[in-house]
Amino acid sequence: MSPSDAVLRDLHVPTPVIDVPDDYLHVEQSLSSWFFSTDHKRIGILYLFAITVFFVMGSIAAGLIRLSLIVPNGEIFTNDVYNRLFTLHGVIMVWFFLVPSIPNTLGNFLLPLMIGAKDVAFPRLNLLSWYIFVLGALFTVIVMIWGGVDTGWTFYTPLSTEYSNSYVILAVLGVIIVGFSSIVTGMNFMVTVHKLRAPGMTWFRMPLFVWSLYATSMILVLATPVLTIVLILLFADRAFGLSVFDPAHGGDPVMFQHLFWFYSHPVVYVMVLPGMGVMSELVTAFSYKRIFGYKFIAFSSLAIAAIGFFVWGHHMFYNGMSEYASLTFSLMSFIVAVPSAIKVYNWAATIHKGEIRLDTPMLYAMGWIGLFVIGGVTGLMLASTALDGHVHDTYFVVAHFHYIMVGATVVAFLGGIHFWWPKITGRLYSEPWGRVSALLMFLGFNMTFFPQYVLGYMGMPRRYHVYPPAYQVLNVLSSAGSTVLAAAYIFPMIYLVWSLWYGEKAGNNPWKAKGLEWTTTSPPPKHNFHHQPIVDFEPYDYPNVTPEA
Amino acid sequence: MIQHFLPHYPPQLWPPAASAMANEIDIIFVAWCVVLFFLVAPVFGFMAYCAVRYRAGRDVDRSHREARNLPVEMSWMIIPFLISLVFFFWAGDVFLQEQNPPPDAMVITALGRQWMWKFQHPGGQWEINDLHVPAGRPIRINIESQDVVHSLYIPALRLQEDAVPGRTTHLWFKADRVGAYRLFCSELCGADHSLMAGTLYVMAPADYAAWLKHAGNSPSLATEGRHLFVAYGCSGCHGPSSTVHAPDLDGLYDRPVPLQDGSIVVADDAYIRDKILMPKKQIPAGYKPVMPGFAGKISEADLAQLIAYIKSLGEGGEREP
Repeated sequence: MSPSDAVLRDLHVPTPVIDVPDDYLHVEQSLSSWFFSTDHKRIGILYLFAITVFFVMGSIAAGLIRLSLIVPNGEIFTNDVYNRLFTLHGVIMVWFFLVPSIPNTLGNFLLPLMIGAKDVAFPRLNLLSWYIFVLGALFTVIVMIWGGVDTGWTFYTPLSTEYSNSYVILAVLGVIIVGFSSIVTGMNFMVTVHKLRAPGMTWFRMPLFVWSLYATSMILVLATPVLTIVLILLFADRAFGLSVFDPAHGGDPVMFQHLFWFYSHPVVYVMVLPGMGVMSELVTAFSYKRIFGYKFIAFSSLAIAAIGFFVWGHHMFYNGMSEYASLTFSLMSFIVAVPSAIKVYNWAATIHKGEIRLDTPMLYAMGWIGLFVIGGVTGLMLASTALDGHVHDTYFVVAHFHYIMVGATVVAFLGGIHFWWPKITGRLYSEPWGRVSALLMFLGFNMTFFPQYVLGYMGMPRRYHVYPPAYQVLNVLSSAGSTVLAAAYIFPMIYLVWSLWYGEKAGNNPWKAKGLEWTTTSPPPKHNFHHQPIVDFEPYDYPNVTPEA
Repeated sequence: MIQHFLPHYPPQLWPPAASAMANEIDIIFVAWCVVLFFLVAPVFGFMAYCAVRYRAGRDVDRSHREARNLPVEMSWMIIPFLISLVFFFWAGDVFLQEQNPPPDAMVITALGRQWMWKFQHPGGQWEINDLHVPAGRPIRINIESQDVVHSLYIPALRLQEDAVPGRTTHLWFKADRVGAYRLFCSELCGADHSLMAGTLYVMAPADYAAWLKHAGNSPSLATEGRHLFVAYGCSGCHGPSSTVHAPDLDGLYDRPVPLQDGSIVVADDAYIRDKILMPKKQIPAGYKPVMPGFAGKISEADLAQLIAYIKSLGEGGEREP
């Protein structure tokens, strides 16, 4: 018997400790451990990867649109190609990027962490949702690149049902499929919030990001089925001649618009509510102060979700709808602005007397508030009936909803990614590059989209490939801005990926932020917490002293 | 392309206004901008001030921090909303005026179709893409669509209204300022959506009367056929910028055409007519029979105009861009 064997048999000798990280990124390494993972954190990463790919595709389409509009006579593409480009851009950005962006990446990753749960309520449904999303979206994108769709993302009838000579049926099928992913995720989040909160995590101790995810999920579950229904009717009209929307056989094209906007207006709040949730987290963390008016912010999310269902008619003031219906929808649109305004005022009050650190996420947050407010107040102008008669379907509308969807959703998404990047990856990104990118984003965005407000008021209709030369100067300015904006997107993709290998180790809580997700390790272990967290503190429980450097 | 339809305008930053209502909508817009500026600027200013004054590490007074303050929160919830309601009522009032035309308004019919506007005057005169109206008189435009949803948009009047197939919508205006103004289709209606544009001519009443008399002699068939050449999709293949291998129609009329079977025919009226209705009947040498037939799909009146246009090509007839 050799001495080494004796050591093996001696149970009193401690086994050597090998430093194997047990965090969710390293616990298993095979490809199948990613693609068949039911870990909400890994699924969040899968979503992040998928929507980034779609975002790049949608951005390239946008770049080609801006390229084309540098010249007024439309000589770069044919009119048909141009229509296919903006349809591709719209469909990808709305359904395959904006709707899933924050909820399915940051939401998936953070929701269980923030409420002290091990996972979402239905982990396998969560994975199924990703597969439905990716397969449906890839199918649609292939159809739209291979054959193209020229109806715009709005699919207005009877252009889409009878007159379009493009692949409407297949594209609609893909969008219907992706809708089920939204419904499944929304339901999953709602059940998770109801059933899996840690001991002591009462409703009013939940982070405001969770409140906003809850409101978002309500909209997804209630509104998406209406989109499914209206697109199935469209499908049947085009494929089988059902004629629900065909006036020649007693159908009504305006009915399509009602059903479509009954989904598509609330879905704007699906895009912006999670962004507002991210803002509440960023503003408090970088002010190192309790949020001002917690309950007002929490309930304003629910109010936006509820009132958002009663404003859809403001897309249709000038299609022959009853003038009293128009006035009612106008009034409801004024009312839905109130809860958004509450949030902005409350964030401003939160910053007051804080310990402000202007790190990258906070720069995104400040930029967000500026862009969102401009987008919001121009929304009020659009809700003013007579004024809408001039700027409806012009570039004013295009500018308005890009301020909301890019200015609010994409900026919040980037701000949130930067804020939680150390938690997700365990690494720190380059702070100087982060700040430069956040500033570029703000500048490039305004350069691109502010001229479009002016274009719109001057009367340039949207979706115009050929336009009067008088509008050229502003179009060139907008296209120039889009190159700055592109840089602001490309930089983070480079330095964030770079940080995965070369970034400094982050530690558990580099921002000294409050919230359960910062109490666990970075990256978190597979089941999120080493010990079941017990919540005996209020949300945003920042002390009244300066954080240690 | 569009310059073809439009007079030349210098670059501008404010759209011309042709009616009193357009001016009022401008006033609403400017007033809204001012009010919103005063609602928003203090918030931005306050945040910028806080971001500087309360930077981490600065030794300033941070006592009496608040986490809630009901009166303050209620006030910034209610006061901006009440201010904004002024604009709801003001804009709503103008909206109701524009939705309800005076009973004595002159009625012009607008028909939208892919991709042109046809305007018909009370005396039966009609015009394509351009619209002539007298100044100082209320005008009601009844809007219809023959195919998809269009929208008649006249920026100088700050007005638009959809053309919805299966129903008649309307807009009305009283233009005061004589001049030429753009009109557009603002609802996506297919490939050439952005070419569905023209000019609104607001004329002194005497000029309008003279114009009506002149327009009474309808424009030539060929001029009308030029628009049909686009509307029926002919220009998609036979147009100069087309990538489809289709015969060039310039100077076709009265010329001999070699056919695939070796014979030669002269392109007379009957030949052109047959080629539109039954294109597969006589295939020209070197071309594939890919063109769809229009038998049963085109009215006699349209056919006559189309043939007249094709005949005019290459003999100084104006080419559709």
